[in-house]
Amino acid sequence: MIHSPYVRKPVSVQRTMGLVLLALVPGVVAHVLVIGAGVLINLTIATLTAVAAEALMLHLRRRPVAIAVTDLSAVVTAWLVTLCFPPIVPWWLTVGGVLVAIVAVKHLYGGLGQNPFNPAMIAYCSMIVAFPALMSQWPPAGQLAFDTQLALILGGPRDLDGITGATALDALRTGLRAGVQTVDAVLQGSAFGALGGRGWEWISVGYIAGGLFLLALRIITWHMPVAFIVTLAAISGAFWLTNPAGFASPLFHLASGGAMLAAFFIVTDPVSGATTPRGKLLFAAGIALIAWLIRNFGAYPEGIAFGVLLMNLCVPLLDMKTQPPVFGHRNDAKGAGK
Amino acid sequence: MIGRLFKFHGGVKPDAHKDESAGAAIRKAPLPARLIVPLRQSARAGATCIVEVGQRVLKGERIGEAEGFLGTAVHAPTSGTVSAIAAHPMAHPSGLDTPCVEIEADGEDRWIERAPFDYHAASREQALAWLRDCGIVGLGGATFPSHVKLGRGTGIETLILNGAECEPWITCDDRLMRERAAEILAGATILRELIGARELMIGVEDNKPEAIAAMKEAAAASAHGVSIVPVPALYPAGGEKQLIRVLTGIEIPYGKLGADYGVQCFNVGTAHAVYRAIAHGEPLVSRVVTLTGNCATPGNWEVALGTPVEDLLALAHPKADTDRYLMGGPMMGFAMPRLDVPVVKGTNCIISASPGLFPPAPPEQPCIRCTECAKACPVELQPFELYWFSRAKNFGKAQEYNLFDCIECGACTYVCPSHIPLVDYFRFSKSEIWARERDKTAADQARERFEFRNFRQEREKAEKAAKLAAKAAETRARLAETGATETPAAEPAAAEDPKKALIAAALARAKAQKAEVRPQNTDNLSPETQAEIADIEARRKVLEAAAVDTAPQPADAAIAAAEPRP
Repeated sequence: MIHSPYVRKPVSVQRTMGLVLLALVPGVVAHVLVIGAGVLINLTIATLTAVAAEALMLHLRRRPVAIAVTDLSAVVTAWLVTLCFPPIVPWWLTVGGVLVAIVAVKHLYGGLGQNPFNPAMIAYCSMIVAFPALMSQWPPAGQLAFDTQLALILGGPRDLDGITGATALDALRTGLRAGVQTVDAVLQGSAFGALGGRGWEWISVGYIAGGLFLLALRIITWHMPVAFIVTLAAISGAFWLTNPAGFASPLFHLASGGAMLAAFFIVTDPVSGATTPRGKLLFAAGIALIAWLIRNFGAYPEGIAFGVLLMNLCVPLLDMKTQPPVFGHRNDAKGAGK
Repeated sequence: MIGRLFKFHGGVKPDAHKDESAGAAIRKAPLPARLIVPLRQSARAGATCIVEVGQRVLKGERIGEAEGFLGTAVHAPTSGTVSAIAAHPMAHPSGLDTPCVEIEADGEDRWIERAPFDYHAASREQALAWLRDCGIVGLGGATFPSHVKLGRGTGIETLILNGAECEPWITCDDRLMRERAAEILAGATILRELIGARELMIGVEDNKPEAIAAMKEAAAASAHGVSIVPVPALYPAGGEKQLIRVLTGIEIPYGKLGADYGVQCFNVGTAHAVYRAIAHGEPLVSRVVTLTGNCATPGNWEVALGTPVEDLLALAHPKADTDRYLMGGPMMGFAMPRLDVPVVKGTNCIISASPGLFPPAPPEQPCIRCTECAKACPVELQPFELYWFSRAKNFGKAQEYNLFDCIECGACTYVCPSHIPLVDYFRFSKSEIWARERDKTAADQARERFEFRNFRQEREKAEKAAKLAAKAAETRARLAETGATETPAAEPAAAEDPKKALIAAALARAKAQKAEVRPQNTDNLSPETQAEIADIEARRKVLEAAAVDTAPQPADAAIAAAEPRP
């Protein structure tokens, strides 16, 4: 290096990505304990696919392969794709999702740092549109043995009526749509635990722990998780208070589906998200609002992924309109002259 | 008197590395045999040489006269003989040459006559002129002329002395505060009087407890209502505008000066130099330089200006694996292209760098928009946005995002996990924009020249036309006077256009001439020749008549006429 500064903080993209992976570990461990070890199979498949696809795309794009593959960004994408998918999806669905994320969303847009959309969320949305049945089979807590999960993942026959129930969000939606049940009546069903889907609360706790770890290390800032959680709680709370029979409680919404994974790991994706403090708040709040709307009035049980993609579209505008004032110019905008 | 401290956004905490040299008391560096004193001590202004080769000079004798508004005087750093006045490379990243006075030291180091300057008895202007002629400039690194800074002193409320020294490795201000606290305070008092400030604050980073203690002790002894304020050690707290923010809460935007906001800030070293200049009549001929880094004996040296860096470095005994030398600190300094350059007023530190201490930066990776740079930026810019704009050469957008507010402190580059040399991109953009502005100015000037040329040509045309019209009118008047009747057709045309009138007049003249002049070559012919001509004429007439009869076609007539006749 010829120019100053001649000293650098010992940080790297690899370190950042490695810490994100580490922060996902509590959630994964909870997943294994509550649902079963099947998720590990899909995590492995996804990781191998992602790294191979990354290397291939870098090679085709004539970019240095070694340094970019070892930055672990592809592994993070692979893990997030897997954790958004039901843990017992057949292996080819995982492979397909990861390929969409790495090849189409990441590299066709110019590689790391260039993608306008969240790769894991595109993977989720494309697969739930293409394979709605497979993408909706969430195993209930502790009811599927590892070998059954393995067989399902390896493409075995899927006679699942007896083994997978509807998810909490799904059951609630179907129940309320039927028009005969109230939230309380639906929540008596077996899919529900103390807060949301049974067992899934613990996985959410795992994600929260990992998220707090990232916050403590300043890998992520507070803006997005707080804005997401507060907005989701506020809007669901407002409707729940006015009509408790027709709308689920804020706690239910926060503990269900991918809310906590999204709050700390999906919404906070730096590449496709807003970058200014105010932009981050608006971005995450927008996602929460869209997610709640889709959960209640949309065609899909979970709306976070669509919320993320829609808000990804708004990022350039959000960033442009929320530029913070620079040093000494704080009063310029207000017109307080000197 | 110590109010609450304010914060500036961002900042970084690189390893301070102050301990290497902070323990070493200031020692006087031995005089080199030859000193090279640049007449230009800062980028802003130079000095006019007032000595000649072979002239003997004393230490402190003026060798360069302040030039222009921003100029300050330059003095001989020791006694000796002027051996050359020539261009010599400077301590600058470019290594460009600048006019220098070379002095062979006589080893006596004999001062000129010095007398204290009674600034109480003198006017403010006289005091500022004295400082200018003592060559006092800011010793923090920017070398801005102190008399110019002081000259802006109207309505200054607060004087701040900058003892933050936030760059890693550098300890020259630390040692100066520890060892010469009373002199610094005396200088500060003079500065305060010159700008009429009410309040005097001295900001020192809290990683220099000995300096703070020494300054407090000196302040207690002199008891002038001075506050010594420890400020949190956070790079770049020693940036002038950052320190002003921390101590007063005032934010001075890009393009404005402290004086516009009632604050003025000087380096502690500058205050010391001001004291020496006023109380002892000593011009600025030496400064404290930290020698540190990858060397056996790091320390702080009082160095005569003009000492070649290579001579000075010998005092620190750089280790064998030293691969380059940094002037200034590692955050904002530069790797010296060569070592035969002299120490100048802005030289605060020379770091011996080795690959171990300053490893090369890892390869640049793509920006992931993690906003670490925005979190670190003390000016609250969005460096990654500026980076994208700079990469795309979208300079207009970069300026819109306040590129020129960047102080190039290096904090963003320091924290970037993708190891992107952000500041380099910003320097590139700034220089491109300057270059384009220069081009634009040049183009504007060219356009103005072109437009003036067009204007001038139009004007000349108009003048010519006016002249012609006058001439035509004159001609017409003359023709009317002489009552010339042979040019009646020219009259209405002349009314329309002076040019036509002229042409008509010229034609009329030609006609008149033609009418007067008869062919001359037939006058003095012999009768035989005349008879021959008459015969030829007669034959031609016959032939012409025949041609008209036989060939009514004019073309045939022409051919027939052209046919040779025997």
